[in-house]
Amino acid sequence: MSLSKTGVLYIAVLALACAAPFIGGYPLFLMKCLCFALFACAFNLLIGFTGLLSFGHAMFFGMAAYIAAHSAKVWGWTPEVAIIAATLGSAALGYVTGWLAVRRQGIYFAMITLALSQMVYFFCVQAPFTYAEDGIQSVPRGKLFGVISLADDRVMYYFVLAIFVFGYWMIHRIIHSPFGQVLKSIRENEPRALSLGYEVHKYKLLAFVLSAALAGMAGATKALALGLATLTDVQWQMSGEVVLMTLLGGMGTIAGPVVGSTIIIAMQNYLSGFGSWVTIIMGATFVVCVLAFRRGIVGELQHFLKSRSNKA
Amino acid sequence: MTGEFILETRDLTKEFKGFTAVDRVNLKVRRGSIHALIGPNGAGKTTVFNLLTKFLAPTSGGILYKGQDITAEAPGHVAQKGIIRSFQISAVFPNLTVLENVRVALQRKLGTSFHFWQSEKTLDQLNSRAMELLEQVDLTQFAALTAGELPYGRKRALEIATTLAMDPELMLLDEPTQGMGHEDVGRVVELIRKVAANRTVLMVEHNMSVVANLSSTITVLQRGAVLAEGPYETVSKDPRVLEAYVGSEDAHG
Ligand SMILES: Nc1ncnc2c1ncn2[C@@H]1O[C@H](COP(=O)(O)OP(=O)(O)OP(=O)(O)O)[C@@H](O)[C@H]1O
Ligand SMILES: [Mg+2]
Repeated sequence: MSLSKTGVLYIAVLALACAAPFIGGYPLFLMKCLCFALFACAFNLLIGFTGLLSFGHAMFFGMAAYIAAHSAKVWGWTPEVAIIAATLGSAALGYVTGWLAVRRQGIYFAMITLALSQMVYFFCVQAPFTYAEDGIQSVPRGKLFGVISLADDRVMYYFVLAIFVFGYWMIHRIIHSPFGQVLKSIRENEPRALSLGYEVHKYKLLAFVLSAALAGMAGATKALALGLATLTDVQWQMSGEVVLMTLLGGMGTIAGPVVGSTIIIAMQNYLSGFGSWVTIIMGATFVVCVLAFRRGIVGELQHFLKSRSNKA
Repeated sequence: MTGEFILETRDLTKEFKGFTAVDRVNLKVRRGSIHALIGPNGAGKTTVFNLLTKFLAPTSGGILYKGQDITAEAPGHVAQKGIIRSFQISAVFPNLTVLENVRVALQRKLGTSFHFWQSEKTLDQLNSRAMELLEQVDLTQFAALTAGELPYGRKRALEIATTLAMDPELMLLDEPTQGMGHEDVGRVVELIRKVAANRTVLMVEHNMSVVANLSSTITVLQRGAVLAEGPYETVSKDPRVLEAYVGSEDAHG
């Protein structure tokens, strides 16, 4: 795919996203899709572009949801301030977690992130401000910059879309930056990167903090959009779900996680009538996808287009 | 003040769970020379490299680089001081292009390697230098290819170009000609000779004709310890060295 074709595709998708609420898209559903898409993109920054499998990303998503919900509801902060505060909170949590984890390799890295996210989960179960099982409910969306009311779902949708576009653009920029080049070289061959004088754990740490911050931004936005921050957001299943979304869409492709997360959210939404069967259907879909397209949906598509253009 | 030896080890020792892989090695690498480290399989050559580049911590002993004790340094810092290694198994970045492989090595000096908000286009200023390096190893026509697509011999050449991009004072090459066809070996030998003109090279090599051809000093390791040292003429006639290689499959050359 040439660059201009990609550009055209982006514009088309963006136009579609802008029109979506007027052509039958259900704003709450669309917002949920966007938030999880951003979450998956943030996660992919680590696994796809740095080669680190975090199994605790729910802690950033969920913690930010709590911070945003609490500061908007109890302290009455405006939505943009609540989201920024939550994003910074996740970045700080990411710094601590990353600092402990980045010197470990492979499965040990995943285990440490999992263990720390479990600690965060138990903290959230105990802490009074999270209201344990009930969660923080009916979080007010407030007024953007203290002026524009976000109470209307469509208005909120455009705010969420703007955040998503910003997050996606950030990730694109990070991947295609001098820093991104070093990340890719670490992913490809860590000992070699080290022998070229890169102190790899510092690069991994920055990648981890950026990923945590963006995951937090997604969680905070979700809490305001749906008016809800619950234990589900910090639970380990959420960490697993984001892995699934990313693998399904194609890790290491920038658009893959968006596709993967949208499919999963749509399945959860439209198949909810099947009750607990949803989990089984999703599991089966996942197994089929992993067997049929190892590179994920977008990964396979890119591969197909590339091999076709090579033949031509 | 520049000393005669760029690198010295003092009783360098590495034990793996009671097994001594490197046993009190005292190595002296003369500045500006090509120094070969040879020995049968499992003699501990790669382990010595791992110790010198801090990929492994020594059990005991010390390492002096330009008169300075670097025993406790981190691997990234050792590289920044000018000791750059290549690997026994070809080490390229397979999904980066050939040009990007070299550029990653040049990039650190710009000081923008943590700049995640900048465009990678700011790295294009390094392209001409990267192409120069690729030209030295005859890879210019492959610049746009992903490195994983290169044939084996070319990958090793790319590795040397990447190592050169760091402008190392001391190059450590672990079996640079391993697995190469005859022509590739000849090319790499010429390349090493060329790049060694203004730097020091310490290399592990099994191919004796390469060793004889290039190196001024040879250190023979056996079971982790130094067995013999000297120029090729002396070392190759040393009965202990001949004995060490008898029965070893590496006795080619
Ligand atoms: N990380 C490690 N843990 C345990 N043992 C190791 C480790 N690395 C190397 N060894 C052992 O140390 C010994 C020396 O290995 P080394 O790789 O240094 O040999 P070498 O001289 O490079 O051999 P070759 O010519 O085959 O490359 C071998 O017996 C090897 O099994
Ligand atoms: Mg070896």
